[in-house]
Amino acid sequence: MKGNEAIAEAAIQAGCRHYFGYPITPQTEIAAYMAKRMPKIGGTFLQAESEIAAINMVYGVSSAGKRVMTSSSSPGISLKSEGLSYLAGSDLPALVVNAQRGGPGLGGIQPSQSDYFQATRGGGHGDYHMIVLAPSSVQEMADLTIKGFELADQYRMTAMVLADGTIGQMMEPVSFDFEIKEQIAKPWATTGTKMARKHNVVNSLYLNPEQLEKTNFERYERYEVIKQNETLCEEYLCDDADIIIAAFGIAARVSKNAVNEARANGIKAGLIRPITLWPFPEKVFAKHAEHAKQIISVELSMGQMIEDVRLATSCKVPVTLCCRVGGMIPTPDQVYNAIVEANEKGGK
Amino acid sequence: MIVFDRPKSLIDVPFHYCPGCTHGIVHRLVAEAIDELGIEGKTVGIAPVGCSVMAYDYFNCDMIEAAHGRAPAVATGVKRSDPDNLIVFTYQGDGDLASIGTAETVHAAARNENITVIFINNAIYGMTGGQMAPTSLPGQVTQTSPYGRDVNLCGYPVKICEMLSELEGPEYLERVTVNSVKNVYNAKRAIKKAFQNQIDGKGFSLIEVISSCPTNWGMTPKEALKWIDDKMIPYYPLGVYKDRSAGILGGAQKEAK
Amino acid sequence: MAKVTFREDECKGCGLCTDVCPKGILQLSKDKINKKGHHPAECIDLDQCIGCASCAVMCPDCIIKVER
Repeated sequence: MKGNEAIAEAAIQAGCRHYFGYPITPQTEIAAYMAKRMPKIGGTFLQAESEIAAINMVYGVSSAGKRVMTSSSSPGISLKSEGLSYLAGSDLPALVVNAQRGGPGLGGIQPSQSDYFQATRGGGHGDYHMIVLAPSSVQEMADLTIKGFELADQYRMTAMVLADGTIGQMMEPVSFDFEIKEQIAKPWATTGTKMARKHNVVNSLYLNPEQLEKTNFERYERYEVIKQNETLCEEYLCDDADIIIAAFGIAARVSKNAVNEARANGIKAGLIRPITLWPFPEKVFAKHAEHAKQIISVELSMGQMIEDVRLATSCKVPVTLCCRVGGMIPTPDQVYNAIVEANEKGGK
Repeated sequence: MIVFDRPKSLIDVPFHYCPGCTHGIVHRLVAEAIDELGIEGKTVGIAPVGCSVMAYDYFNCDMIEAAHGRAPAVATGVKRSDPDNLIVFTYQGDGDLASIGTAETVHAAARNENITVIFINNAIYGMTGGQMAPTSLPGQVTQTSPYGRDVNLCGYPVKICEMLSELEGPEYLERVTVNSVKNVYNAKRAIKKAFQNQIDGKGFSLIEVISSCPTNWGMTPKEALKWIDDKMIPYYPLGVYKDRSAGILGGAQKEAK
Repeated sequence: MAKVTFREDECKGCGLCTDVCPKGILQLSKDKINKKGHHPAECIDLDQCIGCASCAVMCPDCIIKVER
């Protein structure tokens, strides 16, 4: 199964019955899959007139308390950013997929990780975050989609699956043997009062500054809980590592091969693969900064995650960048060479 | 016997609108329609950005505040979340519906989305203090057209009912006004019909209400109602632009017939 | 016997009701000032009221109650 199809099927398994989107490469398989499946299971697939309309349809379904998703790729996510900010301001759960491609502007249609800042900082205006999940296999495309729906509902916020064109197009076997948790109640949803309760209002407008401040502080308290409880990452051969690679998504797959090659050649290399990009696994990086000589951030961007790595390690260890951009992907050899170079002359 | 009182689905709080602003009349008409059709418990309203941004504080039914211009897309989502049980309306001004949200309006109409749209056209941006609207009249003086709307510079007003009537999609399009007792009763009939259409599953109904903005037009409330007769209605003629069930089709469809 | 009552303190003094009264018995109070600082609408001759509700129909603030 293709990575993009795994996302779509997982969403259906998670109980999502509403999908809204607008065609854009390289994620169109998600829309196509939904277009085929949704009518057969009593769901809604609607091709919206724009990404902006699609995210606002998501806003509507989410307000009414149902699981809902949209997907797009980088330029489309920029258009959706208005809606992402409103979803955050109204504390609405939603699942959004970004199969990243190169930018800025139209950029290209080849894979990229250059929306890291946009995703982890929220994307739209105002103080807010999304939970950002970074799959590095087709199986994880499915796993993290389901997790995304659950976290979104639990914390009343958007979860973004930040994938890329490569994993979206990649074919791998996927197991759909999930235990889907029962969906939590949403007493705040606008489902009609049925004349049995006070009216519910879904809103992000606070003309009273004290109230807006209070709301923002409360939201950030919730974010602290998420940081404590929901941070995910894979630590691979890190405990004794001198050289640690920081990489997520497709870059992590490449890097793992390079780490294995380095180990085979006697270099103590390891890999930290953040699975949640927000919240970022700061503690794991801080822990390994105590013994590592150097950290190399391997990215399909001009260096975005590297800033979080530096913040997490409080600059206790040199952090360098190994990157390809514009749709190019680093080879295991390129990463291996960076490890060798760091091992020979790098370090603290 | 009570002949007239506040409708039940209107929350008992004072409106924040300026003296003589007709938003209040239209709010009341929407609430009366909801009461008379007995649908308050299943209705979800979508508020816009503009003067009526806080409409969610005035209606007793569930309410959602949408981003500027996006109400028809939000309404689409809400309606499709539970099409058999929910009645969904949007309440939007001219900047919201006819400028920043034109695409959302046109495509919701084209899909014949089974929702009710209340469109307040007062030819000006009220909330931000009187700037030129997509519906400001040629020559109309506003804060951002201080020498009068120059059609060579910024084009002509958007006539929403005429424009949408060219689409096959929408069920019902009517332009009304609320500048006299008779016209208010007529507007009430149209708004109620727009809700009834949704109950009957007929699809997209939009009522354009020509409204006044005494504050930003720089007139007394009474003068503003007269300006509607003198200036607005000649440019925006009242009437039914489409009523598919009644066989009234618009534009090219009418000619084809 | 018709009766028209105003929620005086919520009146914004726009005067739209006074213009449409067929009996001409509504006016903005000349001496009263309400909590909002407006001269509120009032009926100066209730005996003549026919309970047509024209005033209430035009009131943008929904503060008029009409009984008959």
